[in-house]
Amino acid sequence: MTFVVLAGMIMSGLQIYTAYARFGERGGPYYVNAFEGHGFPSWSRLGGWLAGGLNWHFALVWPLVAGGVLYLSYLVWSGEWRSLLFRPRDIRGAIEMQKYYLRLRKDHPPQGKHNPLQKLAYTFIILLGVLSVLTGFAIYKPTQFSWLTALFGGFQAARYWHFWAVWIFTGFLVVHVILVFVVDPASLRAMISGWYRGRFPSHD
Amino acid sequence: MIDRRALLRLAAGAGTASLVAACGWDGGNAVRPLLLDVSRLNDWVGEKILFSKHRLAPEYDVAERTAVPMFPSYFISPMMPMLQDPKTWRLQVGGLVRQPLTLSIDDLQAMPRTTYTVKHHCVEGWSAIATWHGAALSALAERCGMLPQARYVRFDSFDSGYSNGWDLASAMHPQTILAYGMNDNPLPPSHGAPLRVYSPTKLGYKMTKYLVSVTFTAERPGGYWEDQGYPWFGGV
Repeated sequence: MTFVVLAGMIMSGLQIYTAYARFGERGGPYYVNAFEGHGFPSWSRLGGWLAGGLNWHFALVWPLVAGGVLYLSYLVWSGEWRSLLFRPRDIRGAIEMQKYYLRLRKDHPPQGKHNPLQKLAYTFIILLGVLSVLTGFAIYKPTQFSWLTALFGGFQAARYWHFWAVWIFTGFLVVHVILVFVVDPASLRAMISGWYRGRFPSHD
Repeated sequence: MIDRRALLRLAAGAGTASLVAACGWDGGNAVRPLLLDVSRLNDWVGEKILFSKHRLAPEYDVAERTAVPMFPSYFISPMMPMLQDPKTWRLQVGGLVRQPLTLSIDDLQAMPRTTYTVKHHCVEGWSAIATWHGAALSALAERCGMLPQARYVRFDSFDSGYSNGWDLASAMHPQTILAYGMNDNPLPPSHGAPLRVYSPTKLGYKMTKYLVSVTFTAERPGGYWEDQGYPWFGGV
């Protein structure tokens, strides 16, 4: 469900981007952008034309934000955030974990459900999700939310961060799914069904 | 086994998504009406919750203006709409008003002048800065005695029937003007001479150029792009 909504958001976003494939005020200069001047291929776009892309984007944003808010409230209400949120006291553990991964340390440091580096990654991705939504609002209503738009450096900068936040998010998602396949395929089932029956007891 | 099934499900999902995308799908006859319903909901949220009639758009320094040739403009007619005899042009103000008006550019310029330098937001994603000069639409509404039944405003043009429908709140915003000037000069033909609607609270396509009439209505008027599926409210 989340996957389909997210795919729809990204594909309609590419449709919207194609209408003005650069970042910066008219007359330039433009921000550094590998995709400047290039629309995306039609197979990657949703909506058929700009109006269609906008209507998909502004419709799918409802389930996306609702899902995000539900998820964040669940994290807070259930106390799960404690095992996901990276906090200052995790810094030492993160360094130890990094040493282990770099083979500077032989034994796996003790951990809870997730190790400090995983926490860092999950915290980063949640912030990235929040950033995507906030930059989206900054672009959607740059006059009503002019303070928010100014916070991101203006309308064109907000478009830029909106675009890149999604690329980074997508990159993270791909790495995340690859890691799941490599490390613990059983958790893929847990991701979809919510129940875990794999070999890592800490995941129960 | 289970993992293979999950994989298959994922593949099926991705397959559907790419199939849908391959058609540049706008929703088809089944989903498009639903998308337009959500768009109407978003119009409502945009007007009733996010829009404030007191909140002003930020103003910029004249030094930050976009060079005029770099400021895009468009019209839907095959040729740029130009008046045969600009002197005979008049603006008709009517509909739900006590006193319909017929105004010349001189009449509009005799009204209190509003000037601001603001950012223009196009639905395509570009933006540009210019200074606009004109008469506040709210002052005109007062002058013609707009009736309490009026809830919308319809703007018509001489650009092949291009028109827009506006909610009254946006139309009465202090920065919504009928502009006869741009960057200290008379409004150029490419930007809608002799008169256009301007407001930094709306997307570019809502600001009717080549204006001929302002009509206050009780029913929601459509518009050139709005009728083709673009968001009706189009507020920024």
